[in-house]
This record gives sequence, C-alpha cells and structure tokens, in this order.
Amino acid sequence: MSRGARIWALHGGLIALLFALQFVLPAYHHGNLARIMVLASYAIGYNILFGYTGLLSLGHALFFAAGMYGMGLSVQHLGLSPAPALLIGIAAGAVVSLALALLALRTTGVAFMIVTLMFAQAGYLAILYFGKYTRGDEGFVIQTAERVLWGVDLSDPTNRYFAALALFAVCLLLSLRLVRRPFGRTLVAIRENEARVTMLGYDTWAHKLGAMVISGTISAAAGAFYGVLFGYVGASFAAVPYSILPLLYVLLGGAGTILGPFVGTLFMFYLIDLSSGITTAHMLIAGVVLVLLTLFAPQGLVGTLRARVFRWLP
Amino acid sequence: MTLLSTRGLSKHFDGLVAVDDVDFDLPQGEVRALIGPNGAGKTTLVGMICGRIEPSSGTIHFGGRDISRLPAHRRIMAGMAYTFQITSVFQGLPVRENVALAARRHKRGPDAVEEALARVGLEGRIDQEAGDLSYGHQRLLEIAMGLVQVPRLLILDEPTQGLSEGEIADFKALVRALAGETTILLIEHNMSVVMELADRVTVLNFGSVLAEGTPAQVRGDAHVQAAYLGTG
Repeated sequence: MSRGARIWALHGGLIALLFALQFVLPAYHHGNLARIMVLASYAIGYNILFGYTGLLSLGHALFFAAGMYGMGLSVQHLGLSPAPALLIGIAAGAVVSLALALLALRTTGVAFMIVTLMFAQAGYLAILYFGKYTRGDEGFVIQTAERVLWGVDLSDPTNRYFAALALFAVCLLLSLRLVRRPFGRTLVAIRENEARVTMLGYDTWAHKLGAMVISGTISAAAGAFYGVLFGYVGASFAAVPYSILPLLYVLLGGAGTILGPFVGTLFMFYLIDLSSGITTAHMLIAGVVLVLLTLFAPQGLVGTLRARVFRWLP
Repeated sequence: MTLLSTRGLSKHFDGLVAVDDVDFDLPQGEVRALIGPNGAGKTTLVGMICGRIEPSSGTIHFGGRDISRLPAHRRIMAGMAYTFQITSVFQGLPVRENVALAARRHKRGPDAVEEALARVGLEGRIDQEAGDLSYGHQRLLEIAMGLVQVPRLLILDEPTQGLSEGEIADFKALVRALAGETTILLIEHNMSVVMELADRVTVLNFGSVLAEGTPAQVRGDAHVQAAYLGTG
C-alpha cells in the first residue's frame, strides 16, 4: 500500500471506528467521547500553529471563546438558530485571530507567548466587563429549544455524539490535507528554519499569518460547537486554563502529528477522570504521569510512535 | 551588462563601521570572488545585497531595478539565490523535500529537483534525512538548493569551508560547469579555489574595497599582501 493510501486508511479508519463506537459504548463513556472529540478539534487547531508552524501561543482560549460567545450571544440576543449562530461564531474566530496575528506576529519566541497570553487575558476581562450581555462569570445556558439544528435536537446524546464526530472528522481531514499540501509543508519548513525559508523566496510572515488564522478559526469552531452541544457559555472557557489545555493535549499526543491532538486529549481526559476516582488529589496522579511521559516520550505518544515505528505517519 | 551594482553602500552597527561606502559592480556571467581578512565585512556586504541586513545608507540595483527597499524573499524571487555560510539545511526533512522547497517557489517540479541533486552528486541520497548527511554532503545540498532555483545570481558564502580536499576538487568542477550559465558571487577563504575559479576578485578590508582585478593582479598587489599579512 502506498504511503498516501495508508494515511487515508488510518485516518478514515479512526473516523469509522468512532462512528461504530457510538452504538456500543455505555452512556457515560459515550458522553465523554463526544466531549473529547470537540476538545480534540480544539487541539487540532492549536496543533497547526504550535506543532506545524512552531509558534507557541498561550492565548488560544481567546479564539475558543470567540467562537463560543460569537455563537452564544447571537442565540441569546439576536434569537438566531444554531446554524447561522455557529457560522457567526466561526467568523468571529477568524476575525479575532486575524487581528491578534497582525499584532502578535510582530514578535517572536517568548515575546509572542506573552503577547498572546496578554490579549487572551484582555478578552477574558472584556467578557467579565460586559457582564450585562455576557452574564460574566456565571455565564448563560443555551436552552434545549434553541439547540435544534435542521430539525435535529443536539441536546440528545446520540445526535450530540454525531455532531461532535462530524466536527472532529472535518477538522481532522482538513488538517491532514493542509499539512500534505505545499502550504502546510512550507509551515513545517518555517518551524525547522525560518531564516532559510525566507532565503528561498517565501514570505514567511504571510505564511505564519495564514497558519494563525486557520488555527484560530478551527479553535473557534470547536468553541462554538462546545457551546451548542453542551448548552452552556461561560467566562471560564476564556480563562488561562483553556489556553494551557490544548498545549498539554498536543504535547502529550505529539506536536506536529495529525493524530496527536486526539490521542493527547483522550489520554488526558481519562487520566483525570480515572485518577479522580481514586483520590481527591487527582491532579497529583495526573502530574506524575505527565512528568513520566515527558521523560520517556518527549515527542508525545504519537510522536514517539512515529520516530520509532511508523515513519510514514503525517 | 551589469547585473548587480551597489552605490555608497554602508552599514554601521552603533559606532562600528562594518561596511563603508562600497561601490560594487558585477557584470552578468562573471564569476566574482569576494575575499578579505576575517571581519572585513564580506558577509555583511552580501547580507545587504540579498536583503538579510538593512543598509545604513546606499542603494542596490539588480537587473536594472532598484531593489534597495525590497524584502529578502522578493529579492530571491527576482533571481538571487543565497547559500548560507553556516550550513542551514532543514535537518529534520528528507533531502528531496529540502530541494523541493527551493524549487516549488520557482514553479519547478520533481524533475528539476532530481536534476539539481544529480549535479552535486547527491542523487543516491534523495530519500535520506538531511540531518543524517555528512557535513560535506550538507554543503552540497545547500548548493543544490541554490541551483534548482536557476538563479540569475548565485551567492555562495564560504562554500568550501570544512570540505575535504576531494570534495573541494568536485566543487571546483561544479562551479566551472556552472560558470557559463549564471553569474556567481563567491565569498571564499580558500585561495586555490579563488585563484582557479574567479574571473575577477574583489578584496575587502575594514569594510572598504581595497583592490579589484584578475586573480593574478590581486595576488601581486602590495596592499592586499599587507592586509593579509597584517602589517598594513
């Protein structure tokens, strides 16, 4: 089998497996997996900027929240149905990520991390400041009646699972296609050696701008879906932990791998889930496992597999 | 026809004058060597020519166009190719992808990639990771990345540094074969390479042009000898 065929078989196979799992999983894991698929889509967005382009953002919660609030506020205040509201959320993410990219890409390295962190904090504080519309910390609930997309009730677990799977499949295949095309391969080259890419005639600034907008827009799509599928929009999704989470997911799963974000999200989610079943100090167990993983698999789970066994993984 | 010319090109780093009022002309088709003691300003001068360093003052014309204000990537697209002094290939990517990145921007396909690699003798290593190549082979890969762009001006920054005698002989043969096809600006320390390959030589010292002429003229120049021996 050629490399291309193997790649499509693997990723198509994962989507088919997730589809089949819906019919066999017990309710609890079924619900978890829906959430994991949405968060993994967020991590896929993050991975495009961090894993493939080599830009470490500490402010992706801004994009996740832009999607979530773009969707939520237009349902709440404009009375829109989910389809246009989701589109507004995704568009909000594109606009916000373009604006932040224009500012933040004037910096590199640590300064880039600080600028993205600061703007995300500004976004979080703006949500609190405009509490009259956003209900601040408390957030607001998207009513069941408002979560019907083309006649499909997204608050129903089965429908929710399929909607999450659809989002995940689109994000996964989009990122796979992106990194196999010239644009994505140039991003990898920028990650490896930006000065050299410039001296081959590429406008690296424009490429990084494109990567940041794609990354932010996918993250916003995940945020918008999260709000619709789980029926809640709140300021905590714009706070620092939600900027760190995708970084952790991607590092654990493998930065710069297509499956890494999903594997990392799945692993991290169940690590916290299982360890909180054992003790209330569950973050202690999670922390120790994370330290061990960084020690013994510094390239993440999929990254290590790729380095050792499956060289053909994208 | 003059392919490249600079007028009054200078670069100051705070108080330090790295390049001072250089007028430099390079006719099309020539192989020009740029030599000078360490710290003479060779890499700074070339850095300004290809857009990596912003000049403090002066102008640069390339192919009849004023490119003084163009960013580096647009100068590359205008027909310059630059190979780095310190080997700067994409270590984590296969040899083929390294050259393909250089080729793609110039709308050249897989055949051109294989041809460029064959010219430097790396066709057998096309699927290896660049970081696994020996140092000498990485230097050759740099040159292949320059060749595949079919540049009007090929700038080679100390291409033979760290190469073995045999590899240097191969490099000389390669440049001789290229000499008819493109204009080459060669920054070089190895005098046998300079004397054998260059049509003309420009000598920089303390940021200024000290001498310019054929290899034989430059070798006989008393100022040049003094600069190299450190008594000037």
